[in-house]
Amino acid sequence: MLTILSDGIAYGMVLFVLACGLSVTLGLMNFINLAHGAFAMAGGYLTVVLMNRFGVSFFLCIPAGFLVSAALGALLERTLYARLYAKSHLDQVLFSIGLVFMAVSAIDYFMGAQQQLITLPPSLQGRVTVLGVSIGVYRLFVIAICLVLAIALQLILSRTRFGSQLRAAVDDARVARGLGINVSLIFTFTFAFGSGLAGLGGVLGAEILGMDPTFPLKFMIYFLVVISVGGTTTLTGPLLASILLGIADVAGKYYVPTVGSFIIYTIMVVVLILRPQGLFGRAHAR
Amino acid sequence: MSALLTYFRPDTRTASGALLAPARWQPLEILFWLFAVSLFWLAPSKVLLLNEIAILALFALSLDLILGYAGIVSLGHGAFFGLGAYVAGLLGKHGLHDPVAGLLISGGVAALLGFVTSFLVLRGSDLTKLMVTLGVALILRELANKFSTITGGADGLTGVTMGPVLGLFEFDIFGKTAYAYSLAVLFILFYIARRLVNSPYGLLLRAIKGNSLRAGAMGVPTSLRLVIIYTIAAGYAGIAGALLAQTSQFVSLDVLDFHRSADVLLVLVLGGSGQLWGAVVGAIAFKIMYDFLAAITPQYWQFWVGLVLVLIVLLGKGGILGFYGAGRDWLANRLGKGGVR
Repeated sequence: MLTILSDGIAYGMVLFVLACGLSVTLGLMNFINLAHGAFAMAGGYLTVVLMNRFGVSFFLCIPAGFLVSAALGALLERTLYARLYAKSHLDQVLFSIGLVFMAVSAIDYFMGAQQQLITLPPSLQGRVTVLGVSIGVYRLFVIAICLVLAIALQLILSRTRFGSQLRAAVDDARVARGLGINVSLIFTFTFAFGSGLAGLGGVLGAEILGMDPTFPLKFMIYFLVVISVGGTTTLTGPLLASILLGIADVAGKYYVPTVGSFIIYTIMVVVLILRPQGLFGRAHAR
Repeated sequence: MSALLTYFRPDTRTASGALLAPARWQPLEILFWLFAVSLFWLAPSKVLLLNEIAILALFALSLDLILGYAGIVSLGHGAFFGLGAYVAGLLGKHGLHDPVAGLLISGGVAALLGFVTSFLVLRGSDLTKLMVTLGVALILRELANKFSTITGGADGLTGVTMGPVLGLFEFDIFGKTAYAYSLAVLFILFYIARRLVNSPYGLLLRAIKGNSLRAGAMGVPTSLRLVIIYTIAAGYAGIAGALLAQTSQFVSLDVLDFHRSADVLLVLVLGGSGQLWGAVVGAIAFKIMYDFLAAITPQYWQFWVGLVLVLIVLLGKGGILGFYGAGRDWLANRLGKGGVR
């Protein structure tokens, strides 16, 4: 029972890391980026290649996944995404779906359609007993990293100069520009950071979620559920939502496997109908 | 002769003429339908592909009604397509073998689902709409997957038998009847949609798409109008799905897949949304492209589909018809006549 709970929390934490980058681009920058999962896949596959072909340590893959995905995000933002901020949501959706299709086929072409497996370093294998509950070391590791990350993110957004500049740029890009804030640079940086988080989620999730070429499509709905249930106004919303989702999904698959993902979709639709701004979100003041 | 000319080109300087102009059938449109019928004899070996094109065009047409005319974005339009396909397949399997009756019932059931879900979809922002439509489609797919005793699950629904169309035309293995049947249905529904979008109701829809707040201020009951078009579009999509089920006599989970909804979006933007012909032109272009790509790279054709999507968005709006319109205006300007319209 408690093992399921801890597994669910770890699963939810990975979902949070994957989704909070999206929460930044979607919630703050108002850009519907369905290709977010593709950046996560980039991080995951990078880990697979580095570990299985070049024998790089898993601990090195974690920052590498973040940096490479962030670089990829920055590159795409500068060349393509930046042109789409002003376009309609439909255009953004079409564009990002196009990117997803390309990423899925490209990975399929280079890596094959099979599921990729990684072997965790021995120090992360095995189980420990915390407060009488047996938890996988890796699960504990993931939970710890994600918690640190969540707190750091919240601090960056609310306490630093960059955070306030970002919020200003999002609230009113024109006025922010007038005040001497380099809006496009901030957007590029934010987008890269969000993509980097996705890549990090991909690295951490490679073992828990599994990596195959359909990853971006398969988990797109999960990200959207986290965002829609958690709301995009805060970071704690998505955090709580992803933990709930993780527990519900793991427990659901364990106890009532016949129902499957049905519950999650239903929850999403119901929440969207009852509280369009999310369970934990505040209604928009604007 | 001059009477014919005034029919095709009403005087656009008057308000009534300007409103009538798009409602008039252009010679090119009539030619297109004649050509589509003549393909029955000109390209008898391609009727299977032509049948698929007709079905896809009808599906894209239904999306055009809500997306192009009413501005409702949907990532789950495949839900109605799949529902129609399953209803038609189940009817064919369990006793009702008349295709036309099956078609009407499937369209009705899909329209009913459209009516019920329209109240969910019409709330909230674009993002909420996207997620709710996607969610509805996913729920439907899960249901079809779980109730495999009824739907056949992942193995698909087999044993669908169809009687002759109108009691006269048996379905043959070459797909000739199928093409004639689908083309006839497409033409009838296209005609109805054409009347619909050029009616005052269609103009109201465009007003709502342009600015729903202002349309509301003018006294237009916006939600009610949107509910109606969403229901109609769902029925259209259901009929398209039913056509697929009846002409292939097989239904699989594939009809509810996410890629159906994504593909039909691509078809529409490829052809040009907001114009009924965009759906037809897009369906032709998409199927030809798909055939071509699937022949070169059977496994990776999706990459090129994605690339086309990205390019369409980056290169501007209007799809093929947009380019056609721009080219025609440019040519007309160069010839010194001013724009055609």
